[in-house]
This record gives sequence, C-alpha cells and structure tokens, in this order.
Amino acid sequence: MGIRNIVRELMVQPWLVNDYASENDTDESKLSELAAPMGLRVYFAVASVMFSLIVVMYLMRMGWGHPEFGFDWVSTAKPWMLWVNTAILVLTSVIFQKARGAAKRGDTNRLQIDLLAAGLLSFAFLAGQLLVWRELIAGGYFLTNSPANSFFYMITAIHGLHMLGGLVAWTRTAGKLWSGVEMRKVGLSVDLCAIYWHFLLVVWLVMFYLMLVT
Amino acid sequence: MAYASIAEDKNEMHHPKTWIGKYVWSQDHKVIAIQYMCTAVAIGLVALVLSGLMRMQIGFPGSLGFITPEAYYQYITMHGMIMVIYLLTALLLGGFGNLLVPLMLGARDMVFPFVNMLSFWVYLLSVLILVSSFFVPGGPTGAGWTLYPPQSVLPGTPGINGGIILMLLSLAVFIIAFTMGGLNYVVTILQARTRGMTLMRMPLSIWGIFIATILALLAFPALFVGAIMMMLDRVVGTSFFMPAVVSLGQQLEYGGGSPILFQHLFWFFGHPEVYIVALPAFGIVSDLISVHARKNIFGYRMMVWAIAIIGLLSFVVWAHHMYVSGMNPYFGYFFATTTLIIAVPTALKVYNWILTLWQGNIHMRVPMLFSIGFIFTFINGGLTGLFLGNVSVDVPLSGTYFVVAHFHMVMGVSPILVIFGALYHWYPKITGRMYNDNLGKIHFWFTFVGSYCIYFPMHYLGFLGVPRRYYELGETLNIPASAATLNQIITVAALFVIFSQVLFFYNFISSYFWGEKSGPNPWGATTLEWQTEHNPATHGNWGAKLPVVYRWAYDYSVPGADKDFIPQNEPADGKTQHHET
Repeated sequence: MGIRNIVRELMVQPWLVNDYASENDTDESKLSELAAPMGLRVYFAVASVMFSLIVVMYLMRMGWGHPEFGFDWVSTAKPWMLWVNTAILVLTSVIFQKARGAAKRGDTNRLQIDLLAAGLLSFAFLAGQLLVWRELIAGGYFLTNSPANSFFYMITAIHGLHMLGGLVAWTRTAGKLWSGVEMRKVGLSVDLCAIYWHFLLVVWLVMFYLMLVT
Repeated sequence: MAYASIAEDKNEMHHPKTWIGKYVWSQDHKVIAIQYMCTAVAIGLVALVLSGLMRMQIGFPGSLGFITPEAYYQYITMHGMIMVIYLLTALLLGGFGNLLVPLMLGARDMVFPFVNMLSFWVYLLSVLILVSSFFVPGGPTGAGWTLYPPQSVLPGTPGINGGIILMLLSLAVFIIAFTMGGLNYVVTILQARTRGMTLMRMPLSIWGIFIATILALLAFPALFVGAIMMMLDRVVGTSFFMPAVVSLGQQLEYGGGSPILFQHLFWFFGHPEVYIVALPAFGIVSDLISVHARKNIFGYRMMVWAIAIIGLLSFVVWAHHMYVSGMNPYFGYFFATTTLIIAVPTALKVYNWILTLWQGNIHMRVPMLFSIGFIFTFINGGLTGLFLGNVSVDVPLSGTYFVVAHFHMVMGVSPILVIFGALYHWYPKITGRMYNDNLGKIHFWFTFVGSYCIYFPMHYLGFLGVPRRYYELGETLNIPASAATLNQIITVAALFVIFSQVLFFYNFISSYFWGEKSGPNPWGATTLEWQTEHNPATHGNWGAKLPVVYRWAYDYSVPGADKDFIPQNEPADGKTQHHET
C-alpha cells in the first residue's frame, strides 16, 4: 500500500468529478487471493499488540531497570526440553516454506509429505510443551508460587493455544489437499499456514529469549 | 489500491436455499446487521431497566425493598458494561458496520462472509454468558464496570463466586467475536471497494467505522490479556494484580502483584473504546447532516484527517482516567497534555458540522433533529471533558456525579441520539417503508429534552461533591438536602425518558407492517446504498453489474444540476460545476 500512496490519496480533491474508474485497475480474479493474506496480516497486528503487552508487563513485573520492584523475582527453571521444542518449531517453519515451494510448482506428492510432516511436528511441539509443564510441576515450580512461573505458564499457554488454532487451519488445508481441490486454492491455504507458523516462531523466539535472560 | 468487484465473480458468493440458511445461519451482511442490532437492543433494554432501578434507589432511597447495597452495585456494573460494550460497540460496529460497509462501497458482501456470520453467533454467545451471570449463586459481579482488582476478586464484592468469572469469560468471547468482525470490515474497506470508489470518495460513515475498527483491533487485546490474567488470579490464585492482602481478617496467599497494572491495561483499552463508540457516531452524523441539509460536508478532507488523528491520539490519553489512582504524578502532566491536544481535532469536527448546517437547505426531519441534538449534547459533554482532563480540576471532581454526567453526555446521550437518527434515516432502506413522522418527532423531543433534564443538573451534584457509586447518602454533612431533591427530579426525568422509548418501538414495529412504502431513495441521498436495484436491497445488493463511482458522496445542491443531489454513480455530464468547499 505504501505510506506515500496513502498521503497522496488524502491530498486529492474529492469534489472534482474525474473518471478514476480506469486508473489502477486490478485483476479482479485475484481479489480473494489478496483478501485472505491481508486479513491474516491484520490479525498479526492484533496478536502482536497482545504479545507486546505481555512482554511489557513481564519486564515491569521483574523490575527491569528498577531492582527495587523485582525483589521477589525468582527465575523459573528452563528444562532442556524447551530447546528441543524450539528446534522443532524452527524445523516446522522450514518445512512449511518448502511446502509453499512445492505448491507453487504443483508438486502434489512433495506437498503432501511436507504438509503432513509440518502438522505432526507441530503436534509434537505441543506435546513437548506439556512435558515441560510436567517437569516444572515435578520440580516444584507451580503456577502460583512465583510471578516468573505465572508468566511462564501463561505465555506458553497462550502461545500453545494460538498453535492449536493454527492446527485447525492446517487440518482444513490438509482436507483440501487430499480431496483434490485445485492447486491454486490449496497453495493459498498453504501460504497462509506458513506465514502464520513463521509468526508464531518469531513470537516464541522473543518470549523464549526473554524468559531465558531473566 | 485494489478497487475490485469482489463479486463480479459471483461464484464466490454463498447462495442459501432454505429459510434457515437465509435468515438464521445467514452469511448476508444485511441479515447479520439486523441480528446484531436486535441482540444489542435487547440486551440494552435490560441495561435500561437496570438504570431505572438504580435511579429509583438514588432518588427515592429504600423505595424498592429488593435493592440491597449488593444489588445496587451489581446493577451499576451490569448497566455500565452492557451499555458501553454489548450495546454501543455492538450496535455501531456490528450493526451499522455490517449494514453500511458493503452497501456504501458498492460491494456485494464482506470479504469473509462465513467469518462474519461466525462473529455474530460468538457475540450472541458472549451476551448469553453475561446474562447467565444473573442466575448463578451470588449473582453478577458488582465490581463496577471497570472491574478493578483486588476488590473485584475478593469477598465483600458481590458476584465473587460465579459472577466475576462469567463476566471475564463473556468479555473474552466478545473480543474474539469483534476481532473476527473487525478483520472483515478492515479488509473489505481496503480491498472490495467498487470501481471508482477511492478512499477519499468514501462517505464519512465508512471512515468513522474504518478507524474505529482499527482502534478496536488494537485496543481489545489489552482488555483480553487483562481479563485472562484476572481470571487466573481469581480461579487459580496467581498474583498478577493481587498485592499482599488481608481479607476478612485473614492474610491471603496473594502477594507481589500490582492493582495499578490492571488499571493501565484496562484504560489502555478503555479510552480507545470510547472512541470506538464515538468515531462511527461522528461519521454517521456527518452523513445525516449532509443529506438532510442538502449540503456537502464542510471540509471533508479535514474531517477524514480529524477522525484519523483522533484515532491515533486516543492511544496516548488513557491515564486521564487514573489521575487519582496513586500513579506517578508526572504521568498526569503528560496525559493531561495529550488529552487537551485530542480536543483540537474533535472541536474541529464540531465546527465543521455547524458550518455544514450554516446556510444549508435544512429539512427538519427526524434524523436531522437527532443530529442537531447530538451537536448540542456533544458540545456539552465535550466541554465538561476539558474540565476533567486537567489534573487539578479532576482531583475534586473525580468519583463524583460530575464524571457521571460527563460520560453519560458524551457516551450515553450523544451516540444514542446518533443511533436513533441513523435508525430513522436508514429505516426505509432496511424495511422499504416509512416510519410515522409525528411519532418520531415526539420521540425526539421527549428523549432530547428529557436527557438534558437528567444530566445537566447532575453536574451541580458533582460540584457539591456528591460521590458516585454510593448506595445511599444518608445524613452527609457536606451535602445539602437540596441535593436529594435534585436527585428526585433527575429520577423522574429518567423514568420519563425510559418510558418515552415505547414510542420508538411502537413506531418501528407498526411501520414495518403498516407504514407507507418509501420508494428507493426517499431522502434524495447520493451515497451508494440508496442506489441499489431493489429496495430493500436483495441478496447480492446490486443485480447483475456492480455500480461504478464517478464522484464523492457529497454532491448536494451542485450549481447547474437538475436535482439538488447527484448520486455517486452518476457520470459527469459537463453541465455542472463543482463547489469550493
């Protein structure tokens, strides 16, 4: 869209009768393909606001820059499983990228393998996160006995729920692929899943880094 | 920019065959709009009754025996939450947003019709969850619509068992619904405008809804995460917002949390929320005034910029709700400055509305009456906001009836007057019939004068120091007996206004069956929604071909034209010259 485009549009004199109809004609058949990615990106803005607020609250609560406020901050344990889960998530993003390429080339077989792998790995990630929770509980790091724990459980829960929502979309995409819907539409779904997974990866990396260093 | 006919490709549209598919599980934006409007009005009536009960207690303490102090706080909370969120936001964004956006843009429907349908049913679910809180043991929460911790999750506040949990759950579900709806409006406005409909040819109603939707998408996450955290505090025992606290003589297991953190989160959402309500009202009233004064809106581009700037600034004024919270006083300095700055574009809009009316061919029809009523009450409420925006003036007035009078004027009276005006204005579009004009006028005068009688005197109660959210004042030294008399007068006025709304409902319902047919464009409006093939518009809105737009939405009384308006989809004919605005 571009900021300059917007500024130019706002400076226009709308009471003049011009035939704008012929300017900037877009290929109409592409419309629904433009709408869904834009909708997803708007959703990223919404989710980013929420995750940013969580980051801000986290930093405030641990007394970042104000040691007197974070006097009761005790860092949560970091089970090694977290690193495994992070690696799984990175791998999932890579596989989704490959899936996008396969869809563009029309390579149905490759796409089926990649999509299945990405989905299964995501389920593995969620299972891994649950294992992390179990380990923490076994170690005495409960939800309520320290603010760091509370934030850890809440952050991983919200991230996990977003992943679960993504898996709903993944299921529908897989359904389209296996029932023989045309490749263009499947490709759009795969694209959307892929960028959603990249978004969740970035969110996870930021949160994980934050929790590691505090 | 993509102006494209999303539905030149009619295969993409969903064409239901059954009655249930057409009117219940409908993906048609017009049906969804009606569903939103009816649900919002229904729950709004509940809140209206609650306000009547509250006024009975304030004006005539003890007159209704079942209103205990706990019940009173529950009424305050539910009245406030329902009115702000479940009525105003739902009606303006869900109702008018769904109705107007595709029609005014020349689209056949929203870009994600299934998600649109889902958004209504999730909204309905949130309303049902909220209503269910009336029926759990202990009743609904009585924490005030602001739900401040630690009191909202501690014993002593009504609704501590189920009420607060259901409230928070209902809010979370509502936010999910409005995120879905918001995605629809934003992407439809950016992607599905018909050929020739540039951003700067959109009517101001759409601009108001557009910017308000962006605000909603960015502000609701703050409430969402605050609600989740408060729910965890209440249900699981975390201490996000809970300090070390002794309750009913016992040291609780909470500790280390910050109640002010919740206030920051809540108001980071809460201030944009009031603009989410106000901006669609601003946009709609601009269109109502133009149509019924047969005059282009004065300073259209500045009106657009003003809406955008108000939207932007609304994110940096939130702590003016927190001057007396105990936060760092230097914050007050900053937020008072930004609050006064946001008054500038807002005042600009008021000047432009008045300048639009100036020397216009004003038709004193019911929508115009409500629009003029809006201008009066909004100026009144806005000016009192300037008082409250200054920290030192806010300190004695905070928590008094001055604040109650201010926010009811700007949120309760002004947007409601716009909503009424809009409902009367678009009634012929939705139903194809005209309402009874005399009843409409009587409804206007009763509502407008009555509301003034309620809220104008209330400011004086605030100056006297009469506190808000008090069950009863009793024998209070600094409050004279005349305040009690004034409260009685206000209560009588309130009951009068409440009962006057019967006129509105009777009018709309009877006119639906027996009103005279309105014809396609009874007001002679230029905007696209009046140029549909059929009236009321049918499925798909435009027939075989989408309209093409050649001009802006405000070609009224153009020199040289045959009629006093030129619809947006009428091409240039060489005869007419444009107005300088």
